[in-house]
Amino acid sequence: MLSDFPLFPEAASSVAKYVDGLYLALILLTGTVSLLIWAAIFYLAIKYRRRPDNELAQEQEPPAALEMTWIVVPTIIFLAIFVAGAWVYFRIQRVPTNALEVYATGRQWMWKFQHTTGQREINTLHVPVNRPVKITMASEDVIHSLWFPAFRVKNDVLPNRYRTLWFQATKTGRFHIFCAEYCGTLHSGMIGWVEVMEPTEYQKWLAGGSEGSLATQGEQLFQKLACATCHTNDATGRGPVLAGIVGKQVPLADGHSVIADDNYLRESILNPTAKVAAGFQPIMPAFQGQVSEEDLIRLIAFVKTMQPATNVAPPQQPRNP
Amino acid sequence: MTTTTIDDAPFIEPSATAPRNYLNDEYGVLSWLLTRDHKRIAVLYAISVTVFFMVGGIIAFMMRLELLTPEGDLFTSDTYNKLFTLHGIVMIFFFLIPAIPAVLGNFILPIMLGAKDLAFPKINLLSWYIYMIGGSFGIYVIITGGVDTGWTFYTPFSTQYSNTHVFAVTLGAFITGFSSILTGLNFLVTIHRMRAPGLTWFRLPLFVWSMYATSVVIMLATPVLAITLVLLMVERTLHVGIFDPALGGDPVLYQHMFWFYSHPAVYIMILPGMAVISECVAAFTRKKIFGYKFVAFSSLAIAFLGFLVWAHHLFVAGISIYSAMVFSFLSMIVAVPSAIKVFNWTATMYRASVSWQTPMLYVLGFIGLFTIGGVTGLFLAALGIDVHVHDSYFVVAHFHYIMVGGTIMAYLAGIHYWWPKITGRMYPEWWARLSALLVFVGFNLTFFPQFLVGYVGMPRRYHAYAPEFQVLNVLSTAGATILAAGYLLPMIYLFWSLKFGRKAGTNPWGAVGLEWATSSPPPKENFHETPVVTWEAYDYPAFLKAMRETQHG
Repeated sequence: MLSDFPLFPEAASSVAKYVDGLYLALILLTGTVSLLIWAAIFYLAIKYRRRPDNELAQEQEPPAALEMTWIVVPTIIFLAIFVAGAWVYFRIQRVPTNALEVYATGRQWMWKFQHTTGQREINTLHVPVNRPVKITMASEDVIHSLWFPAFRVKNDVLPNRYRTLWFQATKTGRFHIFCAEYCGTLHSGMIGWVEVMEPTEYQKWLAGGSEGSLATQGEQLFQKLACATCHTNDATGRGPVLAGIVGKQVPLADGHSVIADDNYLRESILNPTAKVAAGFQPIMPAFQGQVSEEDLIRLIAFVKTMQPATNVAPPQQPRNP
Repeated sequence: MTTTTIDDAPFIEPSATAPRNYLNDEYGVLSWLLTRDHKRIAVLYAISVTVFFMVGGIIAFMMRLELLTPEGDLFTSDTYNKLFTLHGIVMIFFFLIPAIPAVLGNFILPIMLGAKDLAFPKINLLSWYIYMIGGSFGIYVIITGGVDTGWTFYTPFSTQYSNTHVFAVTLGAFITGFSSILTGLNFLVTIHRMRAPGLTWFRLPLFVWSMYATSVVIMLATPVLAITLVLLMVERTLHVGIFDPALGGDPVLYQHMFWFYSHPAVYIMILPGMAVISECVAAFTRKKIFGYKFVAFSSLAIAFLGFLVWAHHLFVAGISIYSAMVFSFLSMIVAVPSAIKVFNWTATMYRASVSWQTPMLYVLGFIGLFTIGGVTGLFLAALGIDVHVHDSYFVVAHFHYIMVGGTIMAYLAGIHYWWPKITGRMYPEWWARLSALLVFVGFNLTFFPQFLVGYVGMPRRYHAYAPEFQVLNVLSTAGATILAAGYLLPMIYLFWSLKFGRKAGTNPWGAVGLEWATSSPPPKENFHETPVVTWEAYDYPAFLKAMRETQHG
């Protein structure tokens, strides 16, 4: 019966116990306070109800010290709730470094997932149990929001940059995926299932066919889009050397610098003139509207795997203009 | 302490009502449509907001019917999306924001100040016409096919993807904003310039303090909404890239701008509710509000802090961890002044003379429900919980506890409290108590299950939902049926009372305040001679003495 009518969601991730713990603690705390206030209202309303002998109130006040008490005490309690909330939030936000990478693309009205091994799935996501999984996600159209209620995490999926969320599933099974940000006609149909599997099962699933790893798919695109014409691997090209660039500080033409993360790579493909690397001309064509979100993911996956041509990796030498 | 009891107070006797009052001073449709009397304008507003409340309520009921079953089987997805969008737009822009300020504030505020009218009577009439023009855009959109963006108009959905009447409805909201601004301006100038002799700031009824705070928020926040909606309309029609990334814009910028207005707008909706509650608590306990200055200044604190918490709507929308921390912290702080008010209202009942008449029943309901609405706000302000419940039914339940359990309960309290003053007639007490009970029970049954279903995982704005959410949704729809009955009853018996209600007399409640020192309904100029205020707010003995001297002297 309870499974037909749950009052509490299944808890299937490593952070769920913190979120639920805080939730239950707050219910206990605020429930007690609310009940006390309700009790006070009832008590006072009944005890001092209007009768012939108290047509006018007795002008007698509760002690004034009460006022300071109920300013100071709630403030302290509220700040404690803030601290506890932030503590849990850090656990939700800080991505473990060893996380398995998965990519998600939201579009009206489906979720598309890509694994680094090349598997693609729609509205279903296979992940192994007891291993952190980091999802990097973007939208092809409007804002969506990827929500795993059983994992207690969600994050909005934006059309102009990558956002991430992570979880570590602690139970095998099938759990809901919902879109939480209203996105048009079939918003309530933009749902799916995450399948949490035993590691061995997951390996078996991965072994099932794919079109080659994401990086391989990206390499083909890299050739097809003629990226290699300028982005050569030996610092002689008209564009920066991409091998080993990921995670590095890139000096920009305007004197600033930027970390070459997923978002920078994405922006540099779609709109290359936004942040031009120092020493290079803004000659790269914009690929906005030319490369789909899924192809972007493939390209970036390839860039991440690019190896420098020689042992001595030349950090991009600015060519003399 | 005086030995006076309420029984020998002169004003309690039904006074020989002045033959002329604002209602029978002039006749004819034009005497209403061209009136500059703040009381008649309040009545015009009362009729208009009631119509919009019924429209928004019927739409809400249609949504609850759809949600009886998990499948989306009563309406199409597009229709359902239009229903929740229109419900939000109609209820917020055309009911909740104007309801208490433009109806009760318009009627009572000048009388409370001992003034003949608001500072700018023609601008007051203009604000009603602007409201009606904005509202007619809303009606036009409903008739011609609706809009499906959600009341929040998030970009880029609203600017590039929706093919419904986004332009017309945002133009309507834009226009209606000016009616709020003019009302706020009118109130501010009136409170500063037109107080009766002797009515110093700290003798003002708390209603006035709260309306003052509301007006400040209206004046500062509404222009931001206007700017935001203009930018949205420009992007939608001229394809100038502001919010749409395909045009080089930033969709999260829209959310910042929208909530920079719309979070303070929550306080535009609830501060007037608090204004009514303070009056009713004093009147139905026959006592000074405990901690008058704390309650007064907490209104101003809410108005100020309300501007600093907008990004708590964006915790998962793409703001940095550290700005999330700042906004979480500030959201906790903004809860403090609301808590102060709740405690002070409750403490006022200590050694009071608590009447159980209908307005007080609504007040007690308000305090209880506003408490739940407030503490669930703490859940949402706590970052770790918000990540899970953001955009779920938990949020829907939370803001309905504030907006419906808070503002609408307060509005009904105020309507019942001042009904005898506005119409000169008493409403039927038994029926009114019944409706207060129905509203309370129906409200809780409707919205409490939504907290639970939200935490379990049901997202908001879902036309169809997972089957395990059904039981809680059925409870919610059952509650909505009771709530609907609770709202229909007052519409019937209040209308009935216009002709058949008992004559009210000047001060049927034995309450303190200038509005209870003039006849019911008040004469066109409110007072035959300018009153002189010699008493503190809610000072029963002093007020009784002053009234006796006026009557005999």
